[in-house]
Amino acid sequence: MTEYEAVIGLEIHTHLKTKSKMFCACSTEFGRPPNSNICPVCTGQPGALPVLNKEAVNLAIRCGLALNCTINKKSVFARKNYFYPDLPKGYQISQFDLPVASRGFVDIAPADGAEKRIGITRAHLEEDAGKLVHQGAEGIEGATSSYVDLNRSSVPLLEIVSEPDLRSAAEAKAYLEKIKSILQYAGISDANMEEGKLRCDANVSIRPAGAAEFGVKTEIKNMNSFRAVERAIKIEIERQKQALAAGRQIIQETRSYDEAAGQTVSMRSKEESHDYRYFPEPDLLPLLISEDWLKQAQKELPELAEQRIKRYQEEYGISAYDARVLTLDKATADFFDTAARLYAGDKKNIVNWLTTDVLGYLKNEDLELSQTKLRPANLVEMLGLIDNKTISGKIAKELIGQMLKTGESAKKLVEQSGLRQITDEAELQKIIQEILNANPRQLEQYRAGKTALKGYFVGETMKRTKGRASPPAVNQILDKLLSG
Amino acid sequence: MSISSEDARHVAGLARLELTDKELRAYTEQLNQILNYARELEKLHTDNIEPTYSSLNTGTLLREDKVCNFTDQAGLLENGPEVAGSSFVVPRIL
Amino acid sequence: MHKLSLKEARRKLWRGETTSELLTENVFQQIQAHEPVVQAYLSIYREQALAQAKAADERLKKGDTDGAPLLGLPLALKDNLNLAGTETTCASKILKGYISRYTATAVQKLLDAGAVITGKLNLDEFAMGSSTENSALQKTTNPWDKERVPGGSSGGAAAAVAADECFGSLGSDTGGSIRQPAAFCGIVGLKPTYGLVSRYGLVAFGSSLDQIGPLTKTVEDAALLLNVIAGYDEKDSTSVNRPPEDYTADLNSDIAGKRLAVIKELSGEGIDAGVRQAIEKMLDKLREQGAVIETVALPSFKYALAAYYLVATSEASANLARFDGVRFGHRNKSARGTLEMFKRSRAEGFGPEVKRRIMLGTYALSAGYYDAYYLKAQKVRTLIRQDYARAFAKYDAVLSPTSPSVAFKFGAKVNDPLSMYLSDIATIPVNLAGLPGISVPCGLENKLPVGLQIATPEFTERKLLQIAAAAERSSGFERMHL
Repeated sequence: MTEYEAVIGLEIHTHLKTKSKMFCACSTEFGRPPNSNICPVCTGQPGALPVLNKEAVNLAIRCGLALNCTINKKSVFARKNYFYPDLPKGYQISQFDLPVASRGFVDIAPADGAEKRIGITRAHLEEDAGKLVHQGAEGIEGATSSYVDLNRSSVPLLEIVSEPDLRSAAEAKAYLEKIKSILQYAGISDANMEEGKLRCDANVSIRPAGAAEFGVKTEIKNMNSFRAVERAIKIEIERQKQALAAGRQIIQETRSYDEAAGQTVSMRSKEESHDYRYFPEPDLLPLLISEDWLKQAQKELPELAEQRIKRYQEEYGISAYDARVLTLDKATADFFDTAARLYAGDKKNIVNWLTTDVLGYLKNEDLELSQTKLRPANLVEMLGLIDNKTISGKIAKELIGQMLKTGESAKKLVEQSGLRQITDEAELQKIIQEILNANPRQLEQYRAGKTALKGYFVGETMKRTKGRASPPAVNQILDKLLSG
Repeated sequence: MSISSEDARHVAGLARLELTDKELRAYTEQLNQILNYARELEKLHTDNIEPTYSSLNTGTLLREDKVCNFTDQAGLLENGPEVAGSSFVVPRIL
Repeated sequence: MHKLSLKEARRKLWRGETTSELLTENVFQQIQAHEPVVQAYLSIYREQALAQAKAADERLKKGDTDGAPLLGLPLALKDNLNLAGTETTCASKILKGYISRYTATAVQKLLDAGAVITGKLNLDEFAMGSSTENSALQKTTNPWDKERVPGGSSGGAAAAVAADECFGSLGSDTGGSIRQPAAFCGIVGLKPTYGLVSRYGLVAFGSSLDQIGPLTKTVEDAALLLNVIAGYDEKDSTSVNRPPEDYTADLNSDIAGKRLAVIKELSGEGIDAGVRQAIEKMLDKLREQGAVIETVALPSFKYALAAYYLVATSEASANLARFDGVRFGHRNKSARGTLEMFKRSRAEGFGPEVKRRIMLGTYALSAGYYDAYYLKAQKVRTLIRQDYARAFAKYDAVLSPTSPSVAFKFGAKVNDPLSMYLSDIATIPVNLAGLPGISVPCGLENKLPVGLQIATPEFTERKLLQIAAAAERSSGFERMHL
C-alpha cells in the first residue's frame, strides 16, 4: 500500500488589541448588547468613509517582526467583494497583492518530532464582519431568520498565512500554539479562540511520501479550539487517504468540521467558489511605513517566549524544561517574573510551586491562571513563611489551594487557622514525651533494636500537631528522648 | 471578446440582481456595444505603464486609536427594514 | 432679489439693505412659482430654512458675522449629500425614505458658515447619467427650454441655480456631473482638484473620481463657496492637507500673457458646429485680453471615455453593494431567503442605468477580465496624466467645450447608452487626471447656452478661477431669468 504524507498550511485570523475599530472610532469592546458599538462607517451608511487606525498598523508591524517577516514599506488595501448579511458594505476591506508583511518563519517543537522551521507566506490587515445570531435553530441550518449585530464589524484583524510546510496534525497544533504564544507575548492579541479572537482555517492535502507534487487540497473551516484543529486535520487526512485507497479522487473544495459527528463535511466546491473581484480600495491610499516607524516598532517589540526561556536559564539557573513549562502560557510567565522580582530567595522555589502545585491545580480544575485569585505577592509571602520556618512545606501545600480559590494572604490564613509551625523545643518535648508514654510497647521494641519505629513516633507527633511540628525539631528531640 | 447572455446571467448573479430574460437580453446587447467601444484600449501598448489608482500620490491618512462613540445608534436602527430589539433581522440564509 | 448673485445678495445683507428672511422668502416664492415646471427640488425645507434665516438675521443684527461668510444665504444640495435628519434619496427608489444620521463634511462647512439650506435637488439616480432623466423620482427640465434636459447628473442643482430657486448649490462630479449641467443651464460649475474637498458624506459613485463642487451664477460665487468647502478632513483619507487659500484673490487680475491651449482632440469631429463657433468667438475675446492661445494635441484622450466607464463602473459596482436591503433602503418583503431578498430588493430598487453600470463594473472586475479592462483602464489614466503634464509644461490652462452639444431634448439619447456617454467626452479626462475644471457660459447656440471648459494643474484653483473670471467678463453672456 502507498505511504502518504500530509501537506498542511494554516490561515490564522487574529483580532488586534486596539481600543477602537480598524476604520472608525467605535469601541472594540467584546460582549456588549447588539449594535451598541456602531456608527455610519462600520454599518456601511451611504457616503461614510474609512480611516485607518494607526495602532492596528503598529501591531501588524510588530507581528510581522515577531514572525521574522519583511515589512513592506508600501502596502495596499483592496476591496474583497461578496454579499453576506453580516458584511455591511458588500465588500471587506482587506489586503491582496501587497500585504503589510511577507516571507517570514517561526520554529516549532511539535510533541511528536524534532524542532522544525515553518515558513510564513504573508500577514495582511483586514476588517472583521459582523455577527449573525440564528433564530429558531442552533445553527444556520434550520434557522428561520437571523439577527445581525454589527459590533464586531470592522474590528481589526490580521490574517497570517503559513507555507504548506506542516506535515501532521500535531505539527499544525504546535504551529498554532506557537503563533498564539507570539501574539500574546508581543501584546498583539488576546488570541482567545473561545471569544473568536483567534480563528483558523486549514488547507490539507496528501501525496505519496517523497513526491514533489502537491495533491489536491481541501480547505477546512469551523474549527473552534486547539483540540478541534488537531482533530479535524487528523480526520481530514484519514478521509483523504481512504478516498484515494478506494480509488476515488479528492475534489478541491471547502469543508466544514463537525465536532459532534467527528467528521468534515463538504460546503462548496471550487466551481461554486467566490469570485471576489479584488481591486485597490479607492477610499484609502497606499499604506506607507517609514524606516523610523519600523525602527520604533523594533525597539518596542516585547520579549517573546524564547527570549524568556533563555533569560530564565541564564539569570536564575532554571532548567530548560522548567523554563519551557513556565512560558507555555504568557500569564504564567508574567506571574513568575513578578514573583521573581518580589522574592529574595532562590527563584527555583517559585518554579517548583508554580510548575507542580499551581499548574496541577489549573489542570484539574481546567482553569487559566488568570481565572484564579492567586497573585504573585501572595505566593512570595507564602515562600517567605516557609523560609523563616513559620510554616512547613506540607502546610504550605494546603495553603496554596485556599489561596488559589480565595486570594487570601498566606499570613492571614496562617493566623486564622493556627497553622503556625511549632518550633518551641519545650512545647514539642512535652508532646513527644506524652506520645512515648502512651506507647510503651513500641518504645520497648525500639529500644530492643527495631529503630525503624522512629518513623512511627514522628508520624504520631505530626498527627497530634496536625502537621504543625517542625520536622527537623521533631527528629532532634526524638533522638534525644529515645536514646535517654 | 463578446459576452453571451449566459455570461450576463453569471454577472447578474455575482451582482445579486434578479433580471428578467428580457432585461438580460437588453443588457447583453448594450454591454457588448460598450465593450466593443472599449476594444479601442486593446490597441494601446501599456506593458511598461504603471496604473494610476488615484491621482494622489501620498500615503494614506492614519487615525489615532481613540474611541469616540457615535451618538445616534438608535437612528441607524430606525432605518432598518426589519428590526428586533437592537438587531437587524434577515430571512433565513440557507 | 432672488435674481441676485450670491455675492450681491451677501453685500445687501451685510449692508442691512435686506434680511435673510426676506431673501429666503423670495427664494421660496420663486420655487413655488416655477417648481411645477422646473422640478429641480426633491425635498424643500421651508420651515427649517426660515428658522435658519431668522437665526442668521439675529446674528447679522449683532454684527456677529465672523467665520460666517455665507451667513443667511439660501443654498441647496444635490440629493446625494447627507444632512443629518433629512431624507437622502440619490433619486433612487432603493433609498426612498432613508434618513441620514450624519452630515457630510462639505455640508457641515456650509452650515458652519451660516448658510440657509432650502432643500435637496434632483439628480440622475446615484449620479449616473448626463441628463437627469435617470432620476427614478422626477423629471427636471432645463429652465432655458422645458422641452430639454438640464444635463446631469447634477441636473437639479444646475436647474435650481439657473431658475433663481437658490443662490448656489453643491453638486458632485465624477465625469462631468457638475460642469456639463452647468453648461446646459448657462451657469458656472466647478469641479475642484481631487482631494481638495472632503468626500465624507457624499454617496459614492466612482470613489477615485468623485468630487463635490459648487454650481453658481458667477465665477466669483464659485470661488466664495470653494473658500468654504475646501480643506483637509480627517474623516476622508483622500483629502489633502494643504494650507487654506483665498480663491477670490486673483479674480480681477488680467490674463495678459497667459498661455492657453485648445485641446485638438476636442475641437473637431464629434463637436457640434454651433458649439465650435461659440468657443471660437470666446477664444477671440480671450486673445483680445492678451492671452496667447495655441492648440495642443493630447493623443490619449481618445481612450479616456472607455477607460472612464470601466473605472467608474467597477468602483460603482462595489459602492452600490451596500444597498442590500439589510440595514436600510428598499427590501423585498416576499423573499423566503436572504439570497432571494438581496436579488429582488436590488432588482426592484435600482433603475435600468444603475443596473447596466453595476453589470459592466462587475464584469470588468470579474475573474479573467481584470487585466484587460480594469487594470488597462487605470494605465490609460497614467497616459492621460502624462498628456496633461506635457501640456502644462507649456501652458497655464487647457480649453475645450464643456460638452459636444447644447442641451438636448428629452428622450433623445435614453435608448442609446453609448451616445449618452459620449456627451461627457470633454469632461471625463479631467476627472481621470484628478485636475480642477470649470465650465463658464460663453455664448449661445440656437438660443441655448454653450459652456467653455477650462482645466489647470492640480491645486491651482486660483489660476483656474482667474482665467474663468476673465472669460466671464468678456463673454457678454447674459443669464436668463424665469
